[in-house]
Amino acid sequence: MPILKAENVSFSYDKKTEVLKDVSLEVKRGEYIAIIGHNGSGKSTLARLFNALIVPDFGKVYIDGLDTSIKDNQFKIRENVGVVFQNPDNQLVASIVVDDVAFGPENLGLSREEIGNRIDFALKAVGMESFRKASPERLSGGQKQRIAIAGVLALKPQILVLDESTSMLDPEGRREVLNVVKKLNKENGVTVIAITHYMEEVVDADRVIVVNDGEVAMSGTPEEIFKQKQTLKSYGLELPLASYIAEKLREKGVDIPQTILTEKQLSEALCKLKQKS
Amino acid sequence: MREVSFGQYYPSHSFVHKMDARVKILAVIAYIVAVFLVKPFYFLGFSACLAFVIIATAVAKIPFLKVLKSMKAIIFFIVLSAVLQLFFNSQGTPLWENGFITDAGLYNAIFIVLRITLIVLGASLLTLTTSPVEIADGIESLLYPLKFIKFPVHEFALIMSIALRFIPTLLDETDRIIKAQKARGADFESGNIFKRAKALIPVLIPLLISSFRRADELADAMDARCYSGSKNRTKYKKMKFSYRDLIGVIFTAGLIVGVVMLNGVLGVVV
Repeated sequence: MPILKAENVSFSYDKKTEVLKDVSLEVKRGEYIAIIGHNGSGKSTLARLFNALIVPDFGKVYIDGLDTSIKDNQFKIRENVGVVFQNPDNQLVASIVVDDVAFGPENLGLSREEIGNRIDFALKAVGMESFRKASPERLSGGQKQRIAIAGVLALKPQILVLDESTSMLDPEGRREVLNVVKKLNKENGVTVIAITHYMEEVVDADRVIVVNDGEVAMSGTPEEIFKQKQTLKSYGLELPLASYIAEKLREKGVDIPQTILTEKQLSEALCKLKQKS
Repeated sequence: MREVSFGQYYPSHSFVHKMDARVKILAVIAYIVAVFLVKPFYFLGFSACLAFVIIATAVAKIPFLKVLKSMKAIIFFIVLSAVLQLFFNSQGTPLWENGFITDAGLYNAIFIVLRITLIVLGASLLTLTTSPVEIADGIESLLYPLKFIKFPVHEFALIMSIALRFIPTLLDETDRIIKAQKARGADFESGNIFKRAKALIPVLIPLLISSFRRADELADAMDARCYSGSKNRTKYKKMKFSYRDLIGVIFTAGLIVGVVMLNGVLGVVV
């Protein structure tokens, strides 16, 4: 059974213009999915649908078999689907790190001991265990966002949804957050759905879903997606920098493979070329 | 901008800092009651209160200057009340012929100054030794009995702690908006008070709008973290009543008894 399933979902905020039109998708347990699309494509609306902050007008969203439109399921669904939003400042409720991470488990009504365990687990998972007593305002953007992730992880969700969680961070902070997320996916088996418009964040995903004008336009591995440059361009999306450079080199007649996505692959390909000549 | 930030907490690991916030809040209330209990012109009672503050400050290992600094904000208020008492008191006998300053006026002025000063000193000791978060938690715990008359204690406490959490964020934001408006040619420094107040409108409106946006996003984030009000909710933090608090209670009770005794038994007008 897929851990997340959307069936013919349509949604509109004002009941006039549909933000999502007949979207269907499935996510398998443990997958790392990237959802990309230009601004206003409806990708953030997906995140809100996934944890029952909003309910589809038509169609259904199932989380681990539970229908999000049924009110009694929503608490369980939110425990299961952790969403990290864009602005770290607007997600933290307490002025001390421990208190903030405790917020979720407190809502679940867990015992003090279990809350303590979860705080330890969550802070360790994001590498912030030495900041327990710190006040978030003194932390960097990347650190704040890691605390926000810890706050969500303390609920022990099976799915982690990142709703443009790196878009307000500097490159350093973005790297910190991505490393934490990748580690959670690999080591803890957390299913990750990363909604983003940074192409660099997409290349490590197991699968990429391209959303355009409220519809799923493309779906496939990063290699498959980034091969179709023209189609991507028509959706207002760019290639990752490494692919773009490789592409330009190929146009100049350099013999370089089409599958290059990361800087590492690019530098390896270039080194190989140099050895040959 | 940062300095205006709420409650000048002075971090330390002293005896007083480690006390239970609830006990400290109650002790300050008791102390303020003690200050009011001092009958007019029984100045010995005030010395007991002053001794209480000085001992507490010493035990809290807070520099006395830091405590005195908290007076700065209300010095105008103190002077004003003293002047009012001095010049507008018609009771008592004039201190010199045809003078309008009476002995009762002078006594009253001194009395009021001492009363306000002592209250502020004691209250500032609370904010110096207790972080805003601890105070909020303490108030929540103290208000707990009100739950039985349906007062939303949990919601009240949550509002308080979120407000505290957002003070620095909004101060930063205000700073940014002021800079942005200055960059667009706004003038906040010149003109009379009305002109300057008016100049703040382009700061307050963006601030208000962004606060609403923040509130909206925070609500989503709280929902996403399973927040559903106070029912079935547990608390991680637990406040403990320790031997320190017992000593604090005894000490404060001692003050009240002392003040009452100085009022009556040893009733000497100094």
